[in-house]
Amino acid sequence: MTLKARVDALVEEFKANGRIVIVGASLAGLRAAEALRNEGFTGHLTIIGDETYEPYDRPPLSKGVLLGRVPADHTTLPRLRATDADWKLGVAATGLDRAARLLLLDNGEQVPYDRLLIATGTRARPWPNPAEAALDGVFTIRTRDDAARLRERLAARPKRVLIIGGGFIGSEVASVCRELDLPVTLAERGEAPLVGVLGGVIGQIAADMQREAGVDLRCGIGVTSLAGDTNGRLRRASLTDGTTLDVDVVVAALGSIRNVEWLEGAGLAAGRWGVGCDAGCRAFDINGVVTDSIFVAGDIARAPHVLYEYQFLSMEHWDNAILSAAVAAHNMVSLEPDRYPHLILPAFWSGQFGVNIKSVGVPPFADQIVFTQGSVKERRFVAAYGRGGRIVAAVTFNQGKWLEYYAAQIERSGPFPPSPAGWDKPEDMTPMPAEFKDPGSATAMAEVVLTGHDPSERRAEYRPRRR
Amino acid sequence: MRLIVNLNRCQGFAQCVFLAPDVFELHGEEILIYDPNPDDAQRLRVLRAAAACPVQAIVLDKLDESDAKTA
Repeated sequence: MTLKARVDALVEEFKANGRIVIVGASLAGLRAAEALRNEGFTGHLTIIGDETYEPYDRPPLSKGVLLGRVPADHTTLPRLRATDADWKLGVAATGLDRAARLLLLDNGEQVPYDRLLIATGTRARPWPNPAEAALDGVFTIRTRDDAARLRERLAARPKRVLIIGGGFIGSEVASVCRELDLPVTLAERGEAPLVGVLGGVIGQIAADMQREAGVDLRCGIGVTSLAGDTNGRLRRASLTDGTTLDVDVVVAALGSIRNVEWLEGAGLAAGRWGVGCDAGCRAFDINGVVTDSIFVAGDIARAPHVLYEYQFLSMEHWDNAILSAAVAAHNMVSLEPDRYPHLILPAFWSGQFGVNIKSVGVPPFADQIVFTQGSVKERRFVAAYGRGGRIVAAVTFNQGKWLEYYAAQIERSGPFPPSPAGWDKPEDMTPMPAEFKDPGSATAMAEVVLTGHDPSERRAEYRPRRR
Repeated sequence: MRLIVNLNRCQGFAQCVFLAPDVFELHGEEILIYDPNPDDAQRLRVLRAAAACPVQAIVLDKLDESDAKTA
């Protein structure tokens, strides 16, 4: 038997009798399981999820569910095929022993694996003061239960809702509050909502939309503390400008934290940035060396992107979960040179204030923006983002049908300003600064350090910052 | 029945809104809000909507309700 024939036989043996464990039972985990079966994997498949629910869809939680149009328990994801998996729901992973190839669970169980998929995603960043965060009336949104609880409170018609943070989730909740005719204040530390993701030019348009819809939008303002009554019910918020606000609901929309704590000590490139992996979804170990048996998919993955100077990007987007799951599944049962690269063009959408905002590419990679179609005044336009004479992203407001046209130019590294679509020309097509904030300097607190001198002992070591 | 709409793909043609108005609705010109788990009485309408979608953005459950979903 030749070596090649032996390796081929091993792959077939693995596909028939191997053990694959997926950690994370949301969109990426489910679609990976289905994809593995489509790839012909008939071995033992285990799916671990810390929530008790079977996989559900999260985008409706901050929109239809809060509006009361979609019951929270209607969000369970459709199945594309049977997974024939051993589902362990309501159980969290607590550790990973790579030498023994064992996954450790919080019920004391140890699950052996031949291949492991990390898809534990992110959680909502809580309000930083735990006592204040525990007040009755303070919410975050990430899970089905979060959304159901907040929906119930909004339906009881609070006197005023305060949203902390003007990113997509915060802005969507503000939109829901106005649609429900609830008084709402949004406090955003930056100069406008959505600035971090779409830049200051678009942020100003988003700010105008919010104010026209009746949101009490306060930019350049933070929240310093929350106070409750003797029954632990939220009553008041203090703001950085010295004023206070009487509120009975606070939604902390402060972004996300990646669920990496269970990987501490596993020796992977895991930290607050996520889990580093190659474009084939293979995890890097802490030294930046690619592993053969551990894969990463969904929100938690951070991989180099060919279109963006091979920078490591994490893409916390819905379709990234699905497509990275499919690539990870394929590569888990394939060897070189049959592996696929995950070469997605990032894309997302957000419905708010009657406007569907859609984006392709990576807007914060740009330094310039140009309006290419439609009318800003009518909240119906296309804007393209550029850097170094190249188009790197595009955003549409109620013009989603044009997005593909620009996506194709981004994929081809087309020129910026882009060739216009020749239709619905805006009055002003002059490129201008996109007004992204300087990302600033890297954190001064080292989390990974180098130790040892001899090549056989030279290693990186993870020393997490304790919060 | 369970369904999902790929809203990256959806362009607001609104064919689903005409064909299954109790399941799909537009907020503004382009924001689609839908019930991902409509009553079985809606099945035929949803199937028509999925077939009619010009960009084929509606994804239906391939397993029937009778199957154990944790299979």
